[in-house]
Amino acid sequence: MSISFTYLSGRLTVYLSGELDHHAARETMQKITELLDEYLPRRCVLDLSGLRFMDSSGVALIVRLSRRMRELGGTLCVENPVGQARRVLSCAGVDKLVHFATIGG
Amino acid sequence: MNIRNYISIDFPSCSANEAFARAAAAAFASQLDPTMEELGDIRTAVSEAVTNCIVHAYPRELGRIRMRLRILDEDTLDIAVRDWGVGMENVQKAMEPLYTTGGEERSGMGFTIMQSFTDSLHVRSQPGKGTTVSMRRRIFRRNRIG
Ligand SMILES: Nc1ncnc2c1ncn2[C@@H]1O[C@H](COP(=O)(O)OP(=O)(O)OP(=O)(O)O)[C@@H](O)[C@H]1O
Ligand SMILES: [Mg+2]
Repeated sequence: MSISFTYLSGRLTVYLSGELDHHAARETMQKITELLDEYLPRRCVLDLSGLRFMDSSGVALIVRLSRRMRELGGTLCVENPVGQARRVLSCAGVDKLVHFATIGG
Repeated sequence: MNIRNYISIDFPSCSANEAFARAAAAAFASQLDPTMEELGDIRTAVSEAVTNCIVHAYPRELGRIRMRLRILDEDTLDIAVRDWGVGMENVQKAMEPLYTTGGEERSGMGFTIMQSFTDSLHVRSQPGKGTTVSMRRRIFRRNRIG
């Protein structure tokens, strides 16, 4: 699991890559929470294009982040989930809770 | 029912073994020549079952998990994940979508995901004795030889 990010005028984009499971989830959540506290973005974008695997641990992480962003008065958007991650997200109904987008695809 | 091949692996309930269990299941299943999507489904179902043992069955100590994989007949992968942990009082309730005893780090969607990523899901559990989750997934036959 690895994380990188960019911040530009109120918009924090977090790129997740690798495998987001229970083993990786706590540290990932902690890193993203630190980024949110530091930048206080209006909009947080989770770019999942590099995510090879995700399970319900990732679902819980996205739901928590979406709640956190709402508390901060902003919004969370999930971008570019592919293959397996996309199927997990739609099975868990996350696409009805959080805004989804596919950029350039 | 013809058992064509099987493996059984015991491992401790540390979270580093989640990725190992997924990879082992995918490697065993590869003899059925699955598609990427079918492999993804198997990895997902195994990850959910094994994570439940790690998070719920043994909340305070490391315990033993056993994963048994079998090839049944020509085309079916049978997955059994067993623990000897706390068990469940009410399996039916535990399997309802969004039901969780795991707090905000869990989503309560594990069983729902296992159900939708496999063809059948069966759960047996006894409080204080442990839990066995059995799943079957048919792998669509393409150009397999043998
Ligand atoms: N192996 C197990 N041993 C004991 N209890 C279990 C086991 N597996 C599941 N449970 C119970 O069943 C509930 C539902 O499990 P399920 O996997 O659907 O959701 P979860 O693990 O709580 O959350 P998620 O899987 O979405 O992260 C758990 O919260 C737990 O109470
Ligand atoms: Mg679970």
